[in-house]
Amino acid sequence: MTATPQSPSPAPRAVDAYTAAQQAQDAAAGHGARTFRLWRGADGTGEFRDYTTEAIDGMVVLDAVQQIQAEQANDLAVRWNCKAGKCGSCSAEINGKPRLMCMTRLDELPADEPVSVEPMRAFPHVRDLVTDVSWNFRVKPTITRFTPRPPDAPDGTWRIDQEDVDRVQEFRKCIECFLCQDVCHVLRDHHKHDEFIGPRFLVYAAALEMHPLDTADRTAQLKEEHGIGYCNITKCCTKVCPEHITITDNAIIPLKERVVDEFFDPLKALVRLVRGKRRG
Amino acid sequence: MSEFQTVNHDVLVIGAGGAGLRAAIEAAARGVKVGVVCKSLLGKAHTVMAEGGMAAAMANVDDRDSWRVHFADTMRGGQYLNNWRMAELHAKEAPERVRELEKWGALFDRTKDGRILQRNFGGHRYPRLAHVGDRTGLEMIRTLQDHGIHQGIQVHMELTVVSLLKDGERVCGAFAYWPPSVRGILVTEGVRGEGGVLRNREGKRFMFDNIPDNYKSQTADNEEEGWRYTQGDKDARRPPELLTRDHVARMIVREVKEGRGSPHGGVYLDISWIKDRIPNAAEHIKKKLPSMYHQFKQLANIDITKEPMEIGPTTHYVMGGIRVDGDTQMSTVPGLFACGECAAGLHGANRLGGNSLSDLLVFGKRAGEFAAEFARTKGDVTLDDAEIDAGVKYALAPFERGAAAEGAYQVQDALQSTMQDLVGIVRAQHEMEQALVELEALKQRAEKVGVPGNREYNPGWHTALDLRNLMIVSEAVARSALARKESRGGHFRDDYPEKDPAFATFNHVVRRGAKDEMELARETIPPLPAELAAIIEEMK
Ligand SMILES: Cc1cc2nc3c(=O)[nH]c(=O)nc-3n(C[C@H](O)[C@H](O)[C@H](O)COP(=O)(O)OP(=O)(O)OC[C@H]3O[C@@H](n4cnc5c(N)ncnc54)[C@H](O)[C@@H]3O)c2cc1C
Ligand code: SF4
Ligand code: SF4
Ligand code: FES
Repeated sequence: MTATPQSPSPAPRAVDAYTAAQQAQDAAAGHGARTFRLWRGADGTGEFRDYTTEAIDGMVVLDAVQQIQAEQANDLAVRWNCKAGKCGSCSAEINGKPRLMCMTRLDELPADEPVSVEPMRAFPHVRDLVTDVSWNFRVKPTITRFTPRPPDAPDGTWRIDQEDVDRVQEFRKCIECFLCQDVCHVLRDHHKHDEFIGPRFLVYAAALEMHPLDTADRTAQLKEEHGIGYCNITKCCTKVCPEHITITDNAIIPLKERVVDEFFDPLKALVRLVRGKRRG
Repeated sequence: MSEFQTVNHDVLVIGAGGAGLRAAIEAAARGVKVGVVCKSLLGKAHTVMAEGGMAAAMANVDDRDSWRVHFADTMRGGQYLNNWRMAELHAKEAPERVRELEKWGALFDRTKDGRILQRNFGGHRYPRLAHVGDRTGLEMIRTLQDHGIHQGIQVHMELTVVSLLKDGERVCGAFAYWPPSVRGILVTEGVRGEGGVLRNREGKRFMFDNIPDNYKSQTADNEEEGWRYTQGDKDARRPPELLTRDHVARMIVREVKEGRGSPHGGVYLDISWIKDRIPNAAEHIKKKLPSMYHQFKQLANIDITKEPMEIGPTTHYVMGGIRVDGDTQMSTVPGLFACGECAAGLHGANRLGGNSLSDLLVFGKRAGEFAAEFARTKGDVTLDDAEIDAGVKYALAPFERGAAAEGAYQVQDALQSTMQDLVGIVRAQHEMEQALVELEALKQRAEKVGVPGNREYNPGWHTALDLRNLMIVSEAVARSALARKESRGGHFRDDYPEKDPAFATFNHVVRRGAKDEMELARETIPPLPAELAAIIEEMK
């Protein structure tokens, strides 16, 4: 089902009452020209170019970009998929802020100035608004995979309390838009891609660590390989997350605490030496 | 000719939605070398959109449920045009596939005693949909993705397949190019499962007006009983809002046509009304439908805990698709397997909500299993260089025509409005005949489109290459809909508004004719085995 669809009016043709009502709605919606300043270019070089297009009430930035692509710039590269804020493909910097193009309404942006749209800066540029985010897909498998305890119910499944599900649900909402990676200064400014996995994957590690069935211990790798120490809790990632995941407070800080407990608590460190694993 | 790269796999999976990923995992588990090609980045397929849940008769909430009831519900919902073998396998195997997902890390909402919670949904007799709030599809794809990346599967992202290559009769590979490339909010039916009601402009719950005969015995005839059902009263019958989606869509269209629609040509879906019935309703709604709440707030400035949503029906699933064998999922082309939304059969004339996600898992697994076996037993293939050259030539032709030719977007846009207006939710003979004429002209235009720019990440080019397939699918839909002179399930004809028993015995099949034209044939549905027929009779 769709809420009040408003596709651009097609050529007049005998249509049923339902389609007619929808077309009337499109005609009644407010219109007005707006200017968009889009980044054009490839492999890190490029420039802003201005495009003016007709904006309709309720339009989001991605609608406008696609309209420009269809009418004026057929080869404009932009990544998108769901247009519903669920797939995390359409990440970009809109008026300088990392956001999803499909969830940013034009009427939230100042009407008297051009809307600027540029690619995320923390990843290698490919073309126009598209960046190479493949690094993220290489990082994920380096995190120890989900390792469940054996089933405990007689029917070979698990009993889990809703409460324990709720605790990690927040982290599992992540749509992998990588906007948090884009804004994190460790990656964006200091380019520590080889030493730091970034907020997205700290959220991922937290989801696994706090999964009610998981038994693996990722503390050592978080400290050694994944560079959790680089995070200095600026909370910039939390501010841009379109899923409103409290990345820093709920995911990163508890993980940091586990690292501290394990490595800097002398007694635990000794236990660790003897047993090898925290929850052995 | 052009530079291209050949990559060898025993099994190549095209598409990384729920179905493709499940197939890849299964094939890899059976020890063959697996590759996955997908148009988008990994984990971003359409499957992320699914909200309501996945149907599986686990009987965690109502112990009267079983595969037999699920089977009967699926057949009734599909108006008996289903491939009954698929409906049977699906109902039997879905619970195990859901539990397997949990084993791989998926976290579903729980019952009080800690088992997987199941929710009500249109057309399902008992609460049957395993879910995670209203983001079940995301949970599913992420679980498969995160499991899949540790199975030695080679993933080729942002690569689009344009043609399949054959060795004799058998499919031996695919040709892909690299790198590739609705306004309105999609509302989950989960809202209805959580007690949402539909009202017309007059505020009336119009779904009570017309309850189809084959659902009368299971459907409440008053608001009170309907409400009790959503609160888990086992003696109450379902509210009519939980009838199948084809019926709901038809009723909405009727309200609009008869002048009782909302200002924008829809009706109202109201979940906020439950605040009169339960304490903390706003919290309850936000917990059960978090994405929906968030989307409406952000995109429409509507607080669904306080006010109704204005909605209308839209097309959101293709029941038709590639014809497959129910057990193995192999198509009529040896070596080509299909599963998920691109395959046909399970859902018949109308898919029940929640039956798609379980379909992806059940038949994804089967397709992966049998594709691996096929690859292992049928031996090596040879690629035909001429076929590859032809593929490259076809793919690059739009550049040769360049920016001076008509752009692909114009043609795509015209195709969209032809299909929307003439082969839309409500159809009629003269409209579809006109659509076929327009399609012929559009095909000519599609052959001549040109693109500016270069090959790297050029969306105009991708649209140009998509056009051929869009045309084929559009024509197949129009021809089949024209030939089916009745209304049944999701297919609704203005000129034949009733169901006709004469059309209950066959499916329409389209195939390539001798002169490359599209050929339409009737394929008789094989009779149900006695055991399955008895189940349907018993559940009537
Ligand atoms: C809003 C909405 C809500 C829904 N809710 C539910 C629900 O609650 N329950 C339910 O059961 N179902 C639901 N559905 C339906 C269900 O989500 C889909 O039917 C299902 O996810 C389809 O999965 P799939 O794996 O077959 O295909 P998809 O997830 O669409 O994946 C297709 C894959 O193929 C790739 N691909 C396509 N073309 C090419 C090409 N040429 N070359 C290479 N790769 C290609 C794509 O990149 C993608 O990876 C819903 C659908 C919508 C729209
Ligand atoms: S809180 Fe940590 S991870 Fe987040 S942006 Fe700041 S430094 Fe990066
Ligand atoms: S944590 Fe938030 S910002 Fe980061 S990738 Fe996930 S959804 Fe995007
Ligand atoms: S297109 Fe999917 S999140 Fe924007």
